[in-house]
Amino acid sequence: MSVRSRAAPDVRMAPRPKRDWGDEAKRLWYKFSLNKASVIGLCIVLFVLVLAVFQPWLAPYPHHVGAVVDFANANRPPCKEYWMGTDTVGRDIMSRIFYAYRGAFTLGLGVLLATVPLGSILGLVAGYWKERWFSTVIMRVTDVFLALPPMILALCVCAIMRPTLFNSMMAMCVAWWPWYTRLTYGMATSLRNEMYVKSAELLGASKSHIIFKELLPNCYGSILTKMTLDMGWVILTGATLSFVGLGEQPPTPALGNMVSEGAKYLPAQWWISIFPALAIMVIVLGFNLMGDGIKDMLSGEA
Amino acid sequence: MVLRWLQRIGVYFLVLLGLSILVFVIARVIPGDPARQALGPRVSEETVQALREKLNLDKPLFTQYVLWFKGAIRLDLGDSLLTRRPVIEDVRRYLPATLEIVLLSAVFMAAGGILFGIVATKYTGKWQDALIRVLSYLGIVSPPFVWAVLFMLLFGYIIPVLPTTGRIAQSVAAPTRMITGMYTVDYLLTGNLAGWWDAFKHLLLPSIALMLGGMAQAARLTRSNMVENSMKDYIQAQQAYGVPEKKLLYKYLLKPSLIPTISILALDIAAVFGNAFLVENLFNYPGLSRYGLSAMLNKDINAISGVVMVFGLIFILVNILSDMVVAWLDPRVRLMGGADV
Amino acid sequence: MSVAADSFVVQIKDLHVEYKTYAGMVKVLNGVNFHVDAGEKVAIVGETGCGKTTTVKSILRILPRNSRIPKGEVLFKGENVLKMTPAQVRILRGSGVSMIFQDPTMSLNPVFTIGEQMMEVIRNSGSPGAEKREVQQELAVMALRETAMPDPERIMLSYPFQLSGGMRQRVCIAMSLSTPRDMVIADEPTTNLDVTIQDQVLKLLKERVESKHSSLILITHSLGVARETSDRIYVMYAGNMVETAPTKELFGEQLHPYTQALMRCIPRLSGGGVAEGIPGRIPNYLTPPEGCRFAPRCPHAMERCRSEKPEFIACGNGHMVACFLYDEKGGC
Repeated sequence: MSVRSRAAPDVRMAPRPKRDWGDEAKRLWYKFSLNKASVIGLCIVLFVLVLAVFQPWLAPYPHHVGAVVDFANANRPPCKEYWMGTDTVGRDIMSRIFYAYRGAFTLGLGVLLATVPLGSILGLVAGYWKERWFSTVIMRVTDVFLALPPMILALCVCAIMRPTLFNSMMAMCVAWWPWYTRLTYGMATSLRNEMYVKSAELLGASKSHIIFKELLPNCYGSILTKMTLDMGWVILTGATLSFVGLGEQPPTPALGNMVSEGAKYLPAQWWISIFPALAIMVIVLGFNLMGDGIKDMLSGEA
Repeated sequence: MVLRWLQRIGVYFLVLLGLSILVFVIARVIPGDPARQALGPRVSEETVQALREKLNLDKPLFTQYVLWFKGAIRLDLGDSLLTRRPVIEDVRRYLPATLEIVLLSAVFMAAGGILFGIVATKYTGKWQDALIRVLSYLGIVSPPFVWAVLFMLLFGYIIPVLPTTGRIAQSVAAPTRMITGMYTVDYLLTGNLAGWWDAFKHLLLPSIALMLGGMAQAARLTRSNMVENSMKDYIQAQQAYGVPEKKLLYKYLLKPSLIPTISILALDIAAVFGNAFLVENLFNYPGLSRYGLSAMLNKDINAISGVVMVFGLIFILVNILSDMVVAWLDPRVRLMGGADV
Repeated sequence: MSVAADSFVVQIKDLHVEYKTYAGMVKVLNGVNFHVDAGEKVAIVGETGCGKTTTVKSILRILPRNSRIPKGEVLFKGENVLKMTPAQVRILRGSGVSMIFQDPTMSLNPVFTIGEQMMEVIRNSGSPGAEKREVQQELAVMALRETAMPDPERIMLSYPFQLSGGMRQRVCIAMSLSTPRDMVIADEPTTNLDVTIQDQVLKLLKERVESKHSSLILITHSLGVARETSDRIYVMYAGNMVETAPTKELFGEQLHPYTQALMRCIPRLSGGGVAEGIPGRIPNYLTPPEGCRFAPRCPHAMERCRSEKPEFIACGNGHMVACFLYDEKGGC
C-alpha cells in the first residue's frame, strides 16, 4: 500500500540536495507525458474546467440554468441549435451540463480541501506516535468511520440535513477524511524508522519539524495521486447523492438530478438523461486517467 | 494464532460499538420532530407526545442511547415510524432480497475481475489487453445508477429479454415455503425450477449494474499485480526451471498476485451495499436498501439506525471473511500476522 | 584453439541483444563470443550493467519481453537454443541448464513451501520416475541433505520467509542440482549475503557442481570470487567479451587494457594507498561508440580502435584477447 521513498540506503544520511525545481518539473512532465492516456486525462479535465468556469460565455443558452421555460422548443432531440437537445420545458441540455460541471468541481475541490489536510495530519500524528494513547483513539475512530461504505455514510448524513449542495459536501466530508488518515498513518509508521527521521530526532529537531518537514513531504506523492483519483470519486458520489434528490435542487442543474429527471422520459426523450450520464463519465474518466499518470510519474525509477 | 484472531474480532466489536454511537448520533440530530413527521400535521398534540414518550425522545440523548442499545442487544431495534412494524421484522423481510443481489454481484465481480485480469496478463500488450483496459475504464467511471438507467432503456424498451422491475413476475407464485427468504434458494429447495429461473432473471440486471465498477477495478488490479510479479526473480526462476507456461500463470503467478485483489474486492462488495440503495430503488426491487433509502428520505429514525447497523455488521463480516481468505493465500499473514514483503 | 566445437556444453557466437525502451533501442550485447566446456567452471567478470546477466539469460531464453536478438547464435550441445521448439526448450530448462539468481530473498516464490517448489522442479526434469510424488519428495530431501541443511524434512514444509538469506541460497543451490544437470548458471549468488557466509555458500556451490560433474557459469563483479571458484575467466566490458584465459594465467598476465585497469582496482594489503579507479564512464548503450567500446577510456586507443571492432585472437595457453594492440604486433 505505502509508497516508500526509493532512495538508496546510503544516501539517506546525506543532507538533502538543493533541488532545481525547474529541472525537476521538466523531468516530471516528461515522465507524465510518456503515458499518452494521462495526457488525454489532463486535457479532458482542463477542457471541462474551462467549460465550467466560462459557462456564461461558452454555453449557447447560459440563462437556461434557472427556471426558464420555452415550451415552443421543448423536447427537441439533438439538432443544430441544441446539440444535446432540450428538456421537457425547453431548456438546452448542453448549457445545463456546463453549469452542472461547476457544481461538480466545487464539490470535488471543497470536499478534498476540507478533508485532506485534516485527515493527513491526523494520520501522520497517529503514525509517528504509534505507541501513545491518542494514536489508538484516532485510529479506532477512523476504523468506525471506515466500517460503513462511504456512500451509506454520506446518504445517512445527507438525509438528515436540508438537501443543498453545501450540505451534500458536508456529508461527504464526514465520509472522506478517514481514508487519508489511514493512508498517511501507514506511511508515517514506516517512515519514522528511516535514517533521516532518526537523525533529525538526534539533532533535536522539533516535533512539528519532523511531522511537517520530514514526514509530510514524503507523503505528498501518495496524497496527490489519491487526491486526483478521489476528485473523480467525489464527483461520482456527489452525482449519486443528487440522483436521489440529496444535493443541488431543481431547477438548478446538477449532473445527478439531470439524470434522474431525464430517466422519467425514457426511452422517447433519451437525450435528456443520456447526455448528463455521459457528462459524468467524461469528467470521472479524465480524473482517473490523470491520476494513473501521476501514479506512474511519481513511482518507478529514473 | 487463535489469540490473534480473537483480538481482531474484539477490535471489530469495538468498531461496531463505535458505529452504533455514530449512527445513533446522526439519526437523532435530525432537525425537526420525527414524531410529528410520522403522524402528520392533523394528529393532536397529545398523540404526538405519547409517541415521543414511546420513542424516548423526551429523555436526554445519553439515556436514549442506553435504552436503544439495551434493546439492540436483544435484537429489538424499535418500531419503524413508516411501516409501524418492528424494524427487526422489516429487516428479516427485506434483507434476504438484498443479500441475494449482493451475493450474485460479488460472485460475478470476483470471478469476472480475476478472469479478465488473467486474460489481460496473458495477452499483455496485445489487443485483448487494450480492449480489457478500455472496458475497465468504462466500468470504473460509470456509477451504477447510470448502468441501471442504461439497462432500463435497453432491456425495458429496446430488447425486452430481461425483466427490469420487481423480484418475480406477477404470473409467478412466490416460493411455497420461506426458508432462507432468498427466492432463488427457496425455489431450488422447494423444487420449483421455473420459479427459480424467473427469480434469477430478475436478479441479473440489478446485480450486473452493481458489480461492473468493482469487477473493472479487480481486473485492473489483478493485471497490474500479475504483470509486476511476472518480472520478479521467482517467476523468472520458475520459468527457467521449465515449469509449463500454463501452470506458471495459473498457479505460481496467480496466487501471490491475488492477495491485494482480495482486499479490494472486500471494499468493493461494501460499496455494492451502498449503491444498492439507488439500484434497488430504480429496479423497484423490494430489498433492505430500498427500505433504508425510504427510511432516510422520511427521517424514520429507528429504521435508519437499524438498517445502517445491519449493513455495518455485514461489512465487518465481509472484512473478517476477506482477512481469512488472505491468510489462507498468504503464509506470511497466516504464520506471522503481517505481510512485509 | 583446437578444441572440437561439439565438446562445448554451451557456445555463443556473435550474439547481439537489444532492449526496446522509451528512449530508444538499447544495444546491450554487441557480438558476444563465449563457450563453456563440459565440466568446466567459468567465471564472467565485469562491471554492473555490462551485459553479464543478459548473456546467460539468453542461454535459457528468459530474456525480458522487450528484448530482441537481431543477430547471433546460442548453441547448447550443438543445438541452436534460439531456434528450439517449445518442447525442446522445456527439456533444456528441465534437465539441461539451471540458474541460481542473485537475490535469494526474491528468487523463491513467497506463497509456496520450499518442498512444493523443489518438487515442481524435479517434476519437470524428466528424470526417471520424476512424475511420482514419492520420487520427487525423496530427491528433494536428498538434495537438501547434500547441501548440509539441518532437518531437510522440516525445511521442505517451510515457506521462504521463514529461512535466512544464506539458507535460501542453499535451497536454490539444492534445487538447481536436485536432478543431474549439464550446466548450472549462478548470477552473483553471494552478493546479497552477509560477508561471513558468502565464502561458505561459494564453497558449497563449487563442491556441489564438482560432485555432480556439471559445468558452471559464475557471474561476479569480484575478481577475488572468480579466482577462488573458476577454472577460466571471461572479462566482459560494455556488451563484449574482451579477454579470456585460464584463471591462473589471467592473474599472471593481463593483455587487454581494461583487464589491466580492472586488476589495478583491487585494493591490496601490501603496496601503497587506495586502489585506482578507471577514468571515464561506461558508454551510453543508446549510441555506443563505434569500433571498440572501450576506446574512449583506453590509454592506448588508436585510430583503428574507433572505427573497427576487434575480434578475439588466440595468444596461446588458452589466452584470448579482443584488442588491436596485439594484432598489430602480430601476436601477443
